[in-house]
Amino acid sequence: MDTLIDNSDVFIAGFRTTIYLFLISAVGALVLGVVIGAMRVAPVKAANVFGTVYVNTVRNTPLTLLMFFFAFGYDKLGLIDLSYFTLAAVALSMYTASYVAETIRSGINTVPVGQAEAARAIGLPFTQTLGLIVLPQAFRAVVPPMVSVFVALLKNTTIAAGFSVAEAGAIRATLSERGEPQLVVLLWVAAIFVALVMILSLVQNRLEKKWAVSR
Amino acid sequence: MQPNEPSGTDASANPFETTSNPIIASTGEPLVVVENIEKYYGDFHALKNVSLTVNKGEVVVIIGPSGSGKSTLCRTINRLETITSGTIRIDGTELPSEGKPLAQLRAEVGMVFQSFNLFAHKTILENVTLGPIKVRGLSKAEAEKTALALLDRVGIKHQAAKYPAQLSGGQQQRVAIARALAMKPKVMLFDEPTSALDPEMITEVLDVMVGLAKEGMTMVVVTHEMGFARRAADRVLFMADGEVVEENGPEEFFTAPKSDRAKDFLSKLLVN
Ligand SMILES: Nc1ncnc2c1ncn2[C@@H]1O[C@H](COP(=O)(O)OP(=O)(O)OP(=O)(O)O)[C@@H](O)[C@H]1O
Ligand SMILES: [Mg+2]
Repeated sequence: MDTLIDNSDVFIAGFRTTIYLFLISAVGALVLGVVIGAMRVAPVKAANVFGTVYVNTVRNTPLTLLMFFFAFGYDKLGLIDLSYFTLAAVALSMYTASYVAETIRSGINTVPVGQAEAARAIGLPFTQTLGLIVLPQAFRAVVPPMVSVFVALLKNTTIAAGFSVAEAGAIRATLSERGEPQLVVLLWVAAIFVALVMILSLVQNRLEKKWAVSR
Repeated sequence: MQPNEPSGTDASANPFETTSNPIIASTGEPLVVVENIEKYYGDFHALKNVSLTVNKGEVVVIIGPSGSGKSTLCRTINRLETITSGTIRIDGTELPSEGKPLAQLRAEVGMVFQSFNLFAHKTILENVTLGPIKVRGLSKAEAEKTALALLDRVGIKHQAAKYPAQLSGGQQQRVAIARALAMKPKVMLFDEPTSALDPEMITEVLDVMVGLAKEGMTMVVVTHEMGFARRAADRVLFMADGEVVEENGPEEFFTAPKSDRAKDFLSKLLVN
């Protein structure tokens, strides 16, 4: 307990960065993931191809590699300067988006095709058919797997530590300089992560209750 | 005999009877024109050189054995199914291939499915108002007023706040008809609207459809309900193996079919 209390400044700063990184990447991944997922079911061939290529390349690239690219490759491209934090958020968003897209697509497949046909038959264009009829029903089926995707994202934020973003994964390094026992520090970091995941599970329960399927 | 004349005695049960100035006979203007369409599913030839003209106010019944292409033909009319070649025009406009123009044209064509397909996450009222609000741009209040009137006509007004799953099949199908009518379509397509219903619910749906037909609605109906065809149809189209084999008035078709395929089919239909 002493380790935690004595170094609360480091713990708080680390986890604050982790949570920021998580929240920003989660929103980014959700938005990008829904767009990519929509492209995969869109009635436009080019969009299908782009969506499929995106998911297959990004999902099969190790996250560390993607982080490397953004951390070391990006500034070579000569674009606007971005902080490591921003680059890490972009990498995490892009990576997680491929999983979000796949989860959304499998959710869309749980909605009977007749629902989309009926929507098209009354003259709703593709975006409204998806946004008003299919996705609201798909989201209900998607909550549990989607929470798993975000739990993975939360854990993946620690990879950013390797690229100079001082989030929770970097706490051990900082505190070992202060001479704290490394194992104890690691156990505390792990315990706090477990607590954060439990918060996500709580959100899951709430959403599942709220969107209880009425069929 | 006038094909549009009601032959049954249950016309009083028809919820559309109170409507003013019903247009009884077709006006002879072509509304749906299908010309020489072909449809392939991969190598499978599902529609073979099919042509069909439906005039304003006309009711055409499509009948035929399973797999003969009835649903496919019905669904090509609002392009839920694309065609390989040929042309389809609705009220003079060729079906746009995609995008906003296609959506706009679909709004003019009502469709009723075998499996109802009511939006499961929306109330009955929301099911009926969605199209008028989102596609026609009506205000919520206007759309609800029309929707409640339509639901009243199909006898479901008191269930407006319920969800589809809380209604019986027959009630759901009547809501589906109201949902299509709310768009004020030029033509209504029905793909076996009573095949998924228990026998005691078939009549309530058919009565609504007969009422619509008498009101002058242009209709294309895939059904094996001979009673409906006799009461409401102007013409019967008999399909087999993706082709239109025979086209005739309902009395002529049912009493004196010309083709062997139709004779064979009708003999089996009568036995069941
Ligand atoms: N999406 C599809 N892919 C491949 N073949 C299809 C598809 N849809 C229909 N078919 C085939 O096309 C033929 C016509 O089908 P359709 O559904 O139009 O028949 P139908 O006359 O409506 O039959 P039913 O009375 O059983 O509804 C059938 O042989 C069917 O197997
Ligand atoms: Mg069919």
